[in-house]
Amino acid sequence: MPTTPAEPAIDYYDYPDARGHFGRFGGLFVAETLMGPLRELHEAYEHFSRNADFQKEFDADLQHYVGRPSPVYHAERWSREIGGAQIWLKREDLNHTGAHKVNNTIGQALLASRMGKTRIIAETGAGQHGVATATVAARLGLECVVYMGAEDIQRQAANVYRMKLLGAEVVPVTSGSRTLKDALNEAMRDWVTHIDDTFYIIGTVAGPHPYPAMVRDFQAIIGREARAQMLEAAGRLPDVLVACVGGGSNAIGLFHEFLNDREIEIHGVEGGGEGIDTGRHAAPLCAGTPGVLHGNRTYLMSDPDGQIIETHCISAGLDYPGVGPEHAWLKETGRAQYHSVTDDEALAAFHALTRIEGIIPALESSHALAHAAKLAATRSPDEIILVNLSGRGDKDIHTVAALEGIEL
Amino acid sequence: MSRIAKTFDRLRGEGRKALIPFITAGDPQPDRTLPLMHDLVDAGADLIELGVPFSDPMADGPVIQAADERALQHHVSLRDVLGTVRAFREDDERTPVVLMGYLNPIEVMGYEAFATAASEAGVDGVLVVDLPPEEATEFSALMKDRGIDVIFLIAPTTDAERIAAIDACASGYLYYVSLKGVTGANTLDVGSVAERLGEIRAVSRLPVGVGFGIKDGATAQAVARVADAVVVGSALVRQIELHRDDPDTMNQSVTAVLREMRGMMDA
Repeated sequence: MPTTPAEPAIDYYDYPDARGHFGRFGGLFVAETLMGPLRELHEAYEHFSRNADFQKEFDADLQHYVGRPSPVYHAERWSREIGGAQIWLKREDLNHTGAHKVNNTIGQALLASRMGKTRIIAETGAGQHGVATATVAARLGLECVVYMGAEDIQRQAANVYRMKLLGAEVVPVTSGSRTLKDALNEAMRDWVTHIDDTFYIIGTVAGPHPYPAMVRDFQAIIGREARAQMLEAAGRLPDVLVACVGGGSNAIGLFHEFLNDREIEIHGVEGGGEGIDTGRHAAPLCAGTPGVLHGNRTYLMSDPDGQIIETHCISAGLDYPGVGPEHAWLKETGRAQYHSVTDDEALAAFHALTRIEGIIPALESSHALAHAAKLAATRSPDEIILVNLSGRGDKDIHTVAALEGIEL
Repeated sequence: MSRIAKTFDRLRGEGRKALIPFITAGDPQPDRTLPLMHDLVDAGADLIELGVPFSDPMADGPVIQAADERALQHHVSLRDVLGTVRAFREDDERTPVVLMGYLNPIEVMGYEAFATAASEAGVDGVLVVDLPPEEATEFSALMKDRGIDVIFLIAPTTDAERIAAIDACASGYLYYVSLKGVTGANTLDVGSVAERLGEIRAVSRLPVGVGFGIKDGATAQAVARVADAVVVGSALVRQIELHRDDPDTMNQSVTAVLREMRGMMDA
């Protein structure tokens, strides 16, 4: 009997290819001036990622400066209340600076130092990446400039002040929609102008090659720890992984370790804003189309003329019209599924975790929590859902208070 | 022979250098672009680079960003820009038009549909800022099938090996970005530009245009001594911005800048 040969399984660790492609996504779509510097960055990263001293320094910083490993925590009371699957949390909110962002900024800042760069620039949305960048720049004695949308500066005043305390210059961006995408444009413009001494620390798994792969590699510690911790604490691996996706760095950080474990479901959660059908959201994977922005091909929110459209999301960190190209590819291959959660649903999860578990989550992470709660209710109590609690919610209490009509 | 090649041939015969103005289509209003294009030709333009407005012009400085925003207030699309070129061609068969912009509007239209529409409209060349040769194989083949030149940038950070690789993909002319920075930046060092042009010419037979940082007649003249073409954008767009509410003054001010450059380049 002839047998149909099985489709050869994708080895997710073969990607990206040498030119940064994840299938048809990713790549290197930048103006010529940046091509040389990006190649230099790629070569430096290739070199140091295999260098034992570099890795040793990185690991030591994660342990002694960030406070890793971050624990996994069984949200037993919340799980019981939902009455379905068991929800566990990977506590990235307990990292120094309060989110997963610092894993990446430490890695890139170490690389910047080794490359002899003296000036650091970054873009930021919620301000978490800006704070994480300003933090490592302070520690390494590097000049630091952070670009932030004027709109976001309003929403995240405390983080702006934190960055200034840390010695960074925060530059308000008033072009376009005055949010994260415009901050990224402005940081790119700065980089192209100061290419000789400046290192651009991108905060997510987007941008031109090698950024999506490099940021993923620095964040992949999240999933590596989680595997060992779940085996130890629960005696087995989770059935489902859930993480919020703006650019997608905390999500890929958790997912990457498990991509070849086909029996584990992977769910990314985008900012559904006022609801997908209202058009006022930040969910390119759920409701966008493929295109090219910020150096890579990915799913984007753009209009029929190819102009990037404004996104809407209660959390500044998810308010981005693109998404990391690896997520676009994981959607296309079907390895991961992507969902959205509205502002209201995220807020409800924010309050639930705060009141039931005594943990105030970031509004970004609250999107993942809301999806996990919905999912848990449909699953058996024997199943385990591991949620990446990517950041803590202290930065968001003004936003939440304002929504409730309270002035702090 | 393409309109672009013919233009450079003719100028070489006359011992002159090409003057290439850049304006953003639809800035400050859609109906103002066509008359301005004709006025640019009257003022000495040899080729026109027409910017396709984009919401996220990452390689552009504040002057051209603002031009894109003005055009996008009127929802000027890639199809509208092609319509403007078609209308321009009704009265001008001679002056080449190169579209300059970013990839996403073309991706969304589809490469094949864009190539056909651009060819039918009378577009002669396309410069996609964020499409380096490595990613341009399919796009370039479709454009070249229709006789449209694909123009690539060369930057101060481009090494000799890449110059050769870019030259192998390029047609029409090469566009040398005179400085590390965005459009409309301040300083252009003619000495280092001349040195780089020498390196480019050692590899390529294509004409080389120089842009970014050309502000006035004096810089245009200095660059024209070493380059085959001078590209001026922000200096013109600044006049559009200043006089955007008065069409006659606007066209006079823009063409005055161009005429001064033409005069000094030909002197």
